[in-house]
Amino acid sequence: MDYEALRQFADSWGLLYLVLLFVGIIAFVFRPGAKKKYDRNAEIPLRED
Amino acid sequence: MGAAVYFGSIGFVAIASLILASLAHDSLFEAHSWVVFIMAMVAAIAGLRVFDPECKPKPVDGKYMDSVVRAGVIATVFWGIVGFLVGLILALQLAFPDLNFDWQYTNFGRLRPLHTSAVIFAFGGNALIATSFYVVQRTCHTRLAFGNAAWFVFWGYQAFIVLAATGYLLGVTQSREYAEPEWYVDIWLTIVWVTYLVVFLGTLTRRKEPHIYVANWFYLAFIVTVAMLHVVNNLSIPVSFLGSKSYSLFAGVQDALTQWWYAHNAVGFFLTAGFLGMMYYFVPKRAERPVYSYRLSIVHFWALIFLYIWAGPHHLHYTALPDWAQTLGMVFSIMLWMPSWGGMINGLMTLSGAWDKLRTDPVIRMMVVAIAFYGMSTFEGPMMSIKAVNSLSHYTDWTVGHVHSGALGWVGMISFGAVYMLVPKLWKRDELYSLRLVNWHVWLATLGIVLYASAMWVAGIMQGLMWRAYDNLGFLEYSFVESVEAMHPMYVIRAGGGIVYLLGSLIMVYNVWMTIKGRRRDEVPMGFAAPATA
Repeated sequence: MDYEALRQFADSWGLLYLVLLFVGIIAFVFRPGAKKKYDRNAEIPLRED
Repeated sequence: MGAAVYFGSIGFVAIASLILASLAHDSLFEAHSWVVFIMAMVAAIAGLRVFDPECKPKPVDGKYMDSVVRAGVIATVFWGIVGFLVGLILALQLAFPDLNFDWQYTNFGRLRPLHTSAVIFAFGGNALIATSFYVVQRTCHTRLAFGNAAWFVFWGYQAFIVLAATGYLLGVTQSREYAEPEWYVDIWLTIVWVTYLVVFLGTLTRRKEPHIYVANWFYLAFIVTVAMLHVVNNLSIPVSFLGSKSYSLFAGVQDALTQWWYAHNAVGFFLTAGFLGMMYYFVPKRAERPVYSYRLSIVHFWALIFLYIWAGPHHLHYTALPDWAQTLGMVFSIMLWMPSWGGMINGLMTLSGAWDKLRTDPVIRMMVVAIAFYGMSTFEGPMMSIKAVNSLSHYTDWTVGHVHSGALGWVGMISFGAVYMLVPKLWKRDELYSLRLVNWHVWLATLGIVLYASAMWVAGIMQGLMWRAYDNLGFLEYSFVESVEAMHPMYVIRAGGGIVYLLGSLIMVYNVWMTIKGRRRDEVPMGFAAPATA
């Protein structure tokens, strides 16, 4: 694979993949019903010494 | 068994270093072989004490392996002082060049990497290793994995620091910013770092807590990314396997971009992600309330990971780097505003409902100032990455000021906060020797940074404007040396800031020392007025 092909792959499919992955992660974090779980996770450092 | 492996490997290293010293192709490689030999001898003598069966039995650590964290905290404080002191010497050299003493070993060019590596890797690195070992055990409710491997990480890392530092003074350098050590030191650091990763991952897999707390994500991202950056940036071919010189695998602008991809992500993942791990554990812990929004902390994490890695090209504006790459670096830097400020808000708002603690707890105050500086320097950075701004700021002292508001303000002060929290915990004391001395440290450090940063803003903008000033015939208005002369007062103020900051950290040394000794200062608690004397 030469430089041009690699670059074209990076700025099309590569870009799309990373954007979708990022948006997907953010959407997943804000899924409804997860608030209780996250509140519990936030307590982890306070649980012992 | 342990002793046999320990002394066996030390013997091997000692003999190998003697052989290398005798075969060395250049005097610098020979000198470094002797440095390794001396370190092996010191390790042997120390081992005689550690493994002495007659010695009193070692105190057992209890549930967690805290001995290595204690060593890490002491190393953090020690290297911090070394790094700040060398920085102050450099500041004075810039103001008064006679202080170079016309001697190669005290010359600015050799002391400068000593300062940057001492503060970033020795002070910052030890703070990160120590706190990551502490936090991962506390949040996973388990002991560090693989027994004494953590000790190998600690001492191996100190050996790396000694080799890097002695190398700079002797004149060994591959001239890559923040990655000056030569190929053989790079290989050693790779071994140590991979062991660090294995210990950290091993501890995570042994966790008793189903969820991996977000601070550990930041620490893990820091360890993994630094491994990747370090290996790629240091790909080089040694002139000889018995010599200290190597040449980079890349050439021209590719080499420059590799270098700045490394260096900017050293900022992003070493000085930001790692210390954010610190923030997400120690701030909630000290405030005794959970982080403001756990969701925001996860968004903060992934946004940093996805964006930071592309920001490096902003160091190469108006160079031979293709224009699209420069713009890409600028755009990603500007996008970093969002996660950085999201993270800052998350840290600060953790105190909502507990703001009164700011009045009575100077350790909280220290960490709040740190987070404020995180916000300020991550606002300033993207602004400076905008090409139009960069054309004024680049190559000037504005950049130096920016780096120091991040390093002294964010990295330094969040680490001081962690040290102040760790020392009483690790040495089983109820509280620090003196909270009032912490308060002195907070304000001295803040004052030092303000002096430093404002002097550098003035110096940098003045420099930039003088360099681009033309007269009506199109000639440059000023010669370079005139801009140097004009900066002298600012350089003196900057050195003053350095003195004040160093003074604050010396107060910390005294406070930590007395706390370890188990003393408590007789003082009026914070938030109360001193009793009136008749």
